[in-house]
Amino acid sequence: MEQVMTTINLSAIYPEIILALFSLIILMLQSFYSFQFRNYYGYVSLIGVLSAVAVVLFEPCGFELRFVEYSFSGMWVVDNYSRFFKLIFLLGTLLTILISIKYLEDEVMQHGEYFALILFATIGMMIMASGAELITIFLGIELMSISLYALTGYTRTRMISNEAALKYFLLGSFATGFLLYGIALLYGSTGTTDIKGISTFLATADIQGSGLIVMGMLLILIGLGFKIALVPFHMWTPDVYTGAPAPITAFMSAGPKAAAFAAFVRIFMDAFPSLQGEWTALIWVIAVLTMSVGNIIALVQDNIKRMLAYSSIAHAGYILVAFLAAGELGITGILYYLLTYTFMNIGAFALITILGGKGEKRIDVQDYKGLGYKYPYAAIIMSLFLFSLAGIPPTGGFMGKFYIFSAAIKEGYIGLTIIGVLNSVVSVYYYLRVTVAMFMHDSNTVKNNEMPALIFTPALIVAIVISACGVLSLGIFPSGYIEIVKQSFLVLQ
Amino acid sequence: MISLNFPILSVITYLPLLGILVICMINSKHHDLIRWVAFLTAVAGFFVSLPLYFMFDSNTWHMQFVENVPWIPQFGINYHLGIDGISLLLILLTTFLSALAILSTWSAVTEGVKGYMISLLLLETGMIGVFCSLDFILFYVFWEVMLIPMYLIIGIWGGPRRIYAAVKFFIYTMSGSVLMLVAILFLYYLNYKSTGVYTFDILSYHNLGLPSNIQFWLFLAFFLAFAIKVPMFPFHTWLPDAHVEAPTAGSVILAGVLLKMGTYGFLRFSLPIFPQATVDFVPMIMCLSLIGIIYGALVSIAQDDIKKLVAYSSVSHLGYCMLGMFALNIDGVKGSIIQMINHGLSTGALFMIVGMLYERRHTRLISEYGGIMKVMPVFASLFLLVAFSSMGVPGTNGFVGELLILIGAFKASVGYGLLATVGLVLGAVYLLWMYKRVMYGNITKDANKQLKDMNGREYAYLIPIIIFIIWIGVYPKPFLDKMDASVQHLLQMVNQQ
Repeated sequence: MEQVMTTINLSAIYPEIILALFSLIILMLQSFYSFQFRNYYGYVSLIGVLSAVAVVLFEPCGFELRFVEYSFSGMWVVDNYSRFFKLIFLLGTLLTILISIKYLEDEVMQHGEYFALILFATIGMMIMASGAELITIFLGIELMSISLYALTGYTRTRMISNEAALKYFLLGSFATGFLLYGIALLYGSTGTTDIKGISTFLATADIQGSGLIVMGMLLILIGLGFKIALVPFHMWTPDVYTGAPAPITAFMSAGPKAAAFAAFVRIFMDAFPSLQGEWTALIWVIAVLTMSVGNIIALVQDNIKRMLAYSSIAHAGYILVAFLAAGELGITGILYYLLTYTFMNIGAFALITILGGKGEKRIDVQDYKGLGYKYPYAAIIMSLFLFSLAGIPPTGGFMGKFYIFSAAIKEGYIGLTIIGVLNSVVSVYYYLRVTVAMFMHDSNTVKNNEMPALIFTPALIVAIVISACGVLSLGIFPSGYIEIVKQSFLVLQ
Repeated sequence: MISLNFPILSVITYLPLLGILVICMINSKHHDLIRWVAFLTAVAGFFVSLPLYFMFDSNTWHMQFVENVPWIPQFGINYHLGIDGISLLLILLTTFLSALAILSTWSAVTEGVKGYMISLLLLETGMIGVFCSLDFILFYVFWEVMLIPMYLIIGIWGGPRRIYAAVKFFIYTMSGSVLMLVAILFLYYLNYKSTGVYTFDILSYHNLGLPSNIQFWLFLAFFLAFAIKVPMFPFHTWLPDAHVEAPTAGSVILAGVLLKMGTYGFLRFSLPIFPQATVDFVPMIMCLSLIGIIYGALVSIAQDDIKKLVAYSSVSHLGYCMLGMFALNIDGVKGSIIQMINHGLSTGALFMIVGMLYERRHTRLISEYGGIMKVMPVFASLFLLVAFSSMGVPGTNGFVGELLILIGAFKASVGYGLLATVGLVLGAVYLLWMYKRVMYGNITKDANKQLKDMNGREYAYLIPIIIFIIWIGVYPKPFLDKMDASVQHLLQMVNQQ
């Protein structure tokens, strides 16, 4: 009995407990009439997120290099890698909540469930980052996905939102099936679902070419590839990103993608290092497809949410480039890029939310005409995020790409890097389209296209300022961030 | 070598940002105040950069006024600034032209003055940064940063096809520079493998002794980036669009300084880092330069828009710069550098002159003018002087540059020299013919009868350029001396091969 008790180390899951507690509190607060249709839920969940951040930051172990702590019979791991990812998720959640408050007010939907679901999704992501075992990771994925299905259809009176939720749910459960099947096959051939166990088994038992194991690995690749939105498993992304409420799109594009990457990297680097020969060529092809398809289709999108959906596919492709260049530089590159991406993408979506107005009526590139004349500051900050997404210095997007591509070149992936940088040139075109619309049309034609008054609430301004500062500081003074990222390097056996 | 603790290069580079900060605090309705702040900032920048010239020690090729502090130590990226005889004159040209360019669009831009001035000042910071940087990544950051304000200047304050021109400019330049980034990263790991040090310090890449097949590919990547910027034939197609659509100050800066970044890049990176490939590429680059010289001149002859004519003449003139540089002898390279300055001055002045005409008549078609000399006599004489400078008439700066380049080219090969001379003749043809159609003859259009001659502000920005046009033409020694040691050292590195 005592043996069991020692491995249940509750302090390892304090951040998750805190978030769960707060989401339950929010659900309960709902039953009080005086709380209804107020913004309290948002602020309460903010407190929850901030306290979780504090716990992740000030865990007793500090930020020792190569610190790893297993608990719950090896099902749960806390290391700097997972803690860094948790901070990214919490950052994404924080910014999303700040954006959501005003949005829900506009839609007259200030329900507690919305925030509770966001917090639940965040817990799911954190489980994915900390899972040291396939079933734990699977539980995290499910918790995250189910919350996201519900959130996607949250604006229930809007047809497009319902459609998106249904599509996401059907395709998502299908992909989950693949993932589970993969886990089952792996369990069948290795006798364990423990990531370290699988790795040890593969290293010792001389069955590397075994069809079952490779099949299991491929099925897991499909399952996670769906969550990350890799081509050719990306079909859901544009529809879901377009249909979901704008703050949820922002949320989905940053946190869940990062979470899927966290699990993906841990599984592939930790469990399948001996199978690297099998997956390198495959992932090379997927990376090229993901970057190219995402960028090229984004070129012709008029709906800006859809455009950023394709752009987010392309960004997953860049991250895969770093993934291929496994090793310290590649993995820390992924961490750096995901952090940057969280800032710049949520920042861009924050502005999209504001400009969309009530009912998200203004989300075409055309609707941005003349923004630069009427709201120069909003337009300048939007351009900052777009330039960062395009990877132009001195923004974080540039440093992130620099990091990724230098890792790729170090490992000798020169062809892939050239494809990657040319892709980022392609992407410049569609990011520029938005700046063209904002700044470069005649002020005469702009006057016909009346722009409604935009409302900036303090919460929105805080979200935008945090994102903008993040993007700029990641671009101009990256060395502090690089230091943190280096300490969060995934410890491999 | 003068060592100073005062970070003069940083001050010059970031002074415009200070101006931007002040402008940000001014209400955008006070146009004149914004213009004055921008102008005074740029003038201050010029005067701060002047001591560089006097304190520069021309006896050494070593970098001077060096500032070197770690920026991103994890990658070995330093904030490393410094100048030598090659960059000194280009920095002075930048600060000089920036101030005059701001003055030249005083009344041409009336909408969004605040954003316009901010863009121009930001551009200045980017340009000076490019010429000062001695670290690859720092260089790359400035190189790209400069794109954004130029893109905005063309796209917001440009002519009717500005959006097309701006996007084309941006994407063209960017596609060249990302390949350069790949080459830089490749070089970085190559350097690490041979020396065991992670560094992006440009100087430490000299004398790396790379195998010639690697040099070939890396040279090609750098070549693309710089050739697009120069622009060399056949990468020049963005240039006429960008020039024609850009407002006057944009054109002046674009022609005067931005194009020099390409040629500067060749001198700073391609030649010393890939000496073997440089020698191998000489025939190709010479051919492209000669095609550029002659093609640019022929196309200029055919233009009916004055600004487009000047734009294509840039293709021709930059061809001379490349020709001289890749003659790989001291006359050619020195001629090439002085020609960069000359082209900045004389083409900058030509764009200003076109701007003056455009402000008066709002057209740039040659056929709309004729007989302007009768109503604007002073303007006519200054225009002629600038045109002479552009075609290289003795006594003007153009002559000095072209003569040196031709000497260099003849030394390299008589064939190159002969063909380049053909370009000189054509240069005289398109400029004089254009001048004749615009200025001589009778006034055919009624609108031209009321044109006023130059005003005080226009004198203020044209006269300083003309002073330098004549100064360099008559007594170029103070300018040529400064670059002597650096050029010799550069050629030594190339000729070791």
